[in-house]
Amino acid sequence: MHVLTTIPADPATYLTWGWVSVSVPNLIAILVTVTLFVLAVVLPFPGGHEDAQDES
Amino acid sequence: MTAAPVEGPHAEPPTSWIGRLRTRLEGTLPYEKLLPETQPSYVASWIYVFGVLTLAALAMIVASGAVLAFRGPAWYHVSSTGLFFNSMHFWSVQLFFTFMGVHLVGKFWMAAWRGNRAKTWISGVLAFVVAVGAGLTGYVLQSNFDSQWIAFEAKDGLNALGVGAWFNVANLGQMALIHVFLLPAVIGVVVLVHVLLVRVHGVVPPLEAAKVAEDRAASRAAAEPVPEGVR
Amino acid sequence: MAATTQEMLEREPWTGPTRRYDIVKEGVIATLVVAVLVVILAAVFSSPDDPALTFRGWAKDMPDDLYNVTVAELAGTSESATYGPPYNTGGDGQALGPINLQKLVGVQVPIDPANDFVITPLQTQQQPTEVAAALTAWTAASAEQQTAWATAYDTAINDPAGAAGDATKVPAGDYGPVPALAKGLVAMASSGALDGVLPSSGGNFFTTDNTKQILFLGDGGYLDAAGTANHLQGNTWGMMNETGNYPGQQWLAPFSVWYNMPFFNSDAETGVAATATANGDIYIMAIIGFFMLLAIFLPFIPGLRSIPRWIPIHRLIWRNYYKPRAR
Repeated sequence: MHVLTTIPADPATYLTWGWVSVSVPNLIAILVTVTLFVLAVVLPFPGGHEDAQDES
Repeated sequence: MTAAPVEGPHAEPPTSWIGRLRTRLEGTLPYEKLLPETQPSYVASWIYVFGVLTLAALAMIVASGAVLAFRGPAWYHVSSTGLFFNSMHFWSVQLFFTFMGVHLVGKFWMAAWRGNRAKTWISGVLAFVVAVGAGLTGYVLQSNFDSQWIAFEAKDGLNALGVGAWFNVANLGQMALIHVFLLPAVIGVVVLVHVLLVRVHGVVPPLEAAKVAEDRAASRAAAEPVPEGVR
Repeated sequence: MAATTQEMLEREPWTGPTRRYDIVKEGVIATLVVAVLVVILAAVFSSPDDPALTFRGWAKDMPDDLYNVTVAELAGTSESATYGPPYNTGGDGQALGPINLQKLVGVQVPIDPANDFVITPLQTQQQPTEVAAALTAWTAASAEQQTAWATAYDTAINDPAGAAGDATKVPAGDYGPVPALAKGLVAMASSGALDGVLPSSGGNFFTTDNTKQILFLGDGGYLDAAGTANHLQGNTWGMMNETGNYPGQQWLAPFSVWYNMPFFNSDAETGVAATATANGDIYIMAIIGFFMLLAIFLPFIPGLRSIPRWIPIHRLIWRNYYKPRAR
């Protein structure tokens, strides 16, 4: 069986832990998503002072 | 003897269908509620921008997709400009799902369905589901190796559900029409309903907001034990 | 049950403290930020575009595999021929217990592999004498005779004790025109003609339907080898992967996970795992459907909808609001 020359064969690097296998680009995308969530919750939001203090 | 005016401040409540529809819409979503200049002060966290970021990514998907539509599915294989627009379409999809993911998770932890906002949550989840489907039709439209593989694999799940003939991932013509017209139309409607529901109900108050209000009222009362005017 | 103060607060329009905020300005800024981000990502990273596989490539890289698959198409033993609805009645399709939606729908996209993939394409071209004679012999024969020839040859090629997939080792037998037809099709693929002829389904001018090509291409080891080489197989998390060094559909992870479960990748011949593996797609669709319903109706599901109260991430999000006010 000779080498297949007509098929694309440029896969990303894959990280495997037992049963789980994830590509580096996918892992980066997932980590970015998680990081964005954590930062969004933790970082202070520039607050304007409150206006209508209608505390009825 | 003059007839009662139909419109204006002295008019009777409308009985026509169009009049009743107008009154209902005005009551549910007056312009002040649709486009307010203020928002509740608890809306002060970066998590709140991910809804509008998702919308912005959707706008980029549509804009880049429109250019691809005008040049046809095969253009980007032979043109570097085409490849650039394909890349913009590709990355706006990645950003779209990233921002939507953060938005969804944030809304979950805020239990944003409270206060009669179940329809807002449901329309949001539906938007996600339809978007995944729209993504699939896009992936099989690429007319390259990836689209061959995905079409070959995806057909089995769809055929098993009995919908494979009408959602034929191997039929480029069908997929193009569904991807460029049908699903964007559905997404547009679902997203519009979702956003309008947010404006109708307002952003959900914090959990324990009632307790906060109570505590503040109590501390105010403690600070001013004697009401003004009473000597 | 009377609503609590908190519930009423949630339902009524907010009358508490507010601040000035311009959501139109926020929208415009968000759009500009995302537009710039998209342009930068596109310019720096581009996007994946591995060229489509062709039958010419198949004939070049794996001619024996293409030859064997062609015989299987004529014999009606290929994956396409035995798929069942919506393409044909060669199989029953997948069932979830007693429910078989695939069979219920019936044949909607008729595909007859022997004719659609082999005979009709061969007939559209002027063939060498040997192949032309084979075509005449085939079309003149009865359906039973055709089946007999093709099945005999298909069985002989795949005999594990005999040729074991090597067509050169097949013993002599009554195979009729089948070997010549298969050889003719591989030659047609080699020349590139099959790539053009298959879409036209025997001479149609317009074509937007690639079903025949996709089915035929997937029938052998060629598409499969390409899938494996690019890490796209379902049982290696392929559903969420992309060709090249690019992110794929990570949002499909909850869908992809099931195709990696041993339960749906069983080698067993009998038993529950065997049934689950054979009908994996509909089982997994049912599982995904269930979780989707959970997600959609979350606001009404006790327990699930209380998780945000039990794990109070909201105390971080609204921490400024919860701070006691200085007067």
